[in-house]
Amino acid sequence: MPIMSYIEAVTAALREEMERDEKVFLLGEDVGKKGGVFKATQGLYEQFGEERVIDAPLAESAIAGVGIGAAMYGMRPVCEIQFADFIMPAVNQIISEAAKIRYRSNNDWNCPITIRAPFGGGVHGALYHSQSVEAVFANQPGLKIVIPSTPYDVKGLLKAAIRDDDPVLFFEHKRAYRLIKGEVPADDYVLPIGKADVKLEGDDITVITYGLCVHFALQAAERLEKDGISVHLLDLRTVYPLDQEAIIEAASKTGKVLLVTEDNKEGSVMSEVSAIIAEHCLFDLDAPIKRLAGPDVPAMPFAPTMEKFFMMNAEKIEKAMRELAEF
Amino acid sequence: MLIEEMKMPQLGESVTEGTISKWLVSIGDKVNKYDPIAEVMTDKVNAEVPSSYTGVIKELLAEEGDTLQVGEVICRIEVEAVAVEQEKNIQPKDSLYANDHQPAEKEETEKKTMKNRYSPAVLRLAQEHDIDLEKVNGTGAFGRITRKDVLKLIEAGNIPKKGSLIQETKSYKSPKTAGDTEIPVSGVRKAIAQNMARSKTEIPHAWMMIEVDVTGLVELRNSIKEEFKAKEGFPLTFFPFFVKSVAEALKEYPQMNSTWAGDKIIQKKDINISIAVATDDALYVPVIKHADEKSIKGIAREINELALKVRTGTIEAKEMEGGTFTVNNTGSFGSIQSMGIINYPQAALLQVETIVKRLVVMKNGMIAVRDMVNLCLSLDHRVLDGVVCGRFLQRVKQILEGISKETTSVY
Repeated sequence: MPIMSYIEAVTAALREEMERDEKVFLLGEDVGKKGGVFKATQGLYEQFGEERVIDAPLAESAIAGVGIGAAMYGMRPVCEIQFADFIMPAVNQIISEAAKIRYRSNNDWNCPITIRAPFGGGVHGALYHSQSVEAVFANQPGLKIVIPSTPYDVKGLLKAAIRDDDPVLFFEHKRAYRLIKGEVPADDYVLPIGKADVKLEGDDITVITYGLCVHFALQAAERLEKDGISVHLLDLRTVYPLDQEAIIEAASKTGKVLLVTEDNKEGSVMSEVSAIIAEHCLFDLDAPIKRLAGPDVPAMPFAPTMEKFFMMNAEKIEKAMRELAEF
Repeated sequence: MLIEEMKMPQLGESVTEGTISKWLVSIGDKVNKYDPIAEVMTDKVNAEVPSSYTGVIKELLAEEGDTLQVGEVICRIEVEAVAVEQEKNIQPKDSLYANDHQPAEKEETEKKTMKNRYSPAVLRLAQEHDIDLEKVNGTGAFGRITRKDVLKLIEAGNIPKKGSLIQETKSYKSPKTAGDTEIPVSGVRKAIAQNMARSKTEIPHAWMMIEVDVTGLVELRNSIKEEFKAKEGFPLTFFPFFVKSVAEALKEYPQMNSTWAGDKIIQKKDINISIAVATDDALYVPVIKHADEKSIKGIAREINELALKVRTGTIEAKEMEGGTFTVNNTGSFGSIQSMGIINYPQAALLQVETIVKRLVVMKNGMIAVRDMVNLCLSLDHRVLDGVVCGRFLQRVKQILEGISKETTSVY
């Protein structure tokens, strides 16, 4: 099985879907000739031409709006927002139109759009190139939010997103792009949206997270294993709507739950995960539900020391895991 | 109390001296940290000097208009020792240490009690498997019992079960107001409390009462009481008549003279009657052994002796053992009806109430003044049912109503 980087899996999924279905087209800033600022769309302009790989003006609301209109007419647009931080001008289009059109039109219309955006910090990107924005969209019925952690999941879930008949936000951690590598089958496969994935089976503590933090948690779990502490690790993969069944099962398994996100703590996706556990697992809980998250400050700082303070890493997760295991 | 010195501050880079233009405080004034204490004029600025401490102004060392060098003492402030300590802790070098550790230590002492803090999961498992958590060792932080600790015990089949229903007497927190007296619980009181609680919670009590015409008994006793006292040296009360009658009835109804033993009922051969004897602050139940074999006089003597021993504190434990049925003389303090708690592990208890004169319609339709008494029976409904108890009470009634000057001898 070929080894691919996270971003190569993005490109592979896009290429395969464009080859498979001519209704699939790309739209975004610099996605064409340049092949994307991160090179996620490299080679696609050359392969599919300017009508299917469209360089958009610097207007996110237009990128989303054009995509939504095309989707409603039966196309399968994949829009790229260059950085998730820039998605804000498109929020009205996404929430008011894409998310609601099926409901508003009583199923007459639907909107099979995929919006990709790199997010997350740890790359000295500071305020406009580091944010986690998933929580902004994570209470909008009609939307799905996918945040894969591995190249295998990237390919399977991006294909699923493109084939989904409703809008999907597909957030890719930019630090994972070239850091995370893994085996990706060359054949055509899709993974179910809305299903979490058990990464590790364990019986001392449960860790639930998503995105890049999955890898930090895996590293931390490896260190804990040497001390005889076994970790049950659940990768959410889809952060909205949440896989409640998997969350309840994972939390009940050990009764000690650590929730990890790089996002600001208050109001993060993990707050909702915590609420689900509190509602369903009271009599299995052996410790207070613990959230490890970024501080409640407006943005990822630029100074390397401060960025380190904000950013999640394996050491922080390891420390929190140990505290919970000892409780 | 400490005296701290306030010095002339440097109010600009090249400023070397300052003039006190106005004092804003007087000796004896209380100042808070950062309160302005003086206006100072330099060749560059006019400024207020803030206090570096919270305290009381003790001494002003300069007059208004005086010019002092930077660093010279301008006044002294008396501060509380604690405040100074705190000041020192805010020194930059110490601050991390102080801030990090003091709350942590406090937290630690609070966490020392984690042994008895159970998580929902632990409590649920303990209830489902009837585990006595007091007997479980926790491996969690500060001795906390973790879910895994409990699961391991269950898996190993090594479950510390809860003992009897009677828990160690716990201390209860109840509000106490001024003037209330706290009385420590003595050993005897504790034993009484435990026995009563055990009996009342473990035994399903039922009650029954009959009234008995004891006119004959009263006549008999009253006719001989002076003579008896003179001859025997102790008084003849009504109570021995009741004890004797109960003992006789028990012989015919051995079911009443038994005890509940979980998977069986044990009928006692011996008829040993416990009698309740109270002191001012405690209750003892000495036993009249083989009461059915004794005369009324013999029982009277024994009651008298046992009561005396209780009151003088010379009663021995063995004299309170082996009771199979209890007769309680509640009538001695005027009660006419009561619901006694069974003397554990016996199956029943009879309360003999006060004898009162009442108008009674006799069998022949005549109305007469008779000496009447109520007998109240408490029974363990696991052992006994209404039928047998009813018959037993009828028999006691019959025996008591048969007592008369003509037919009964106390000797």
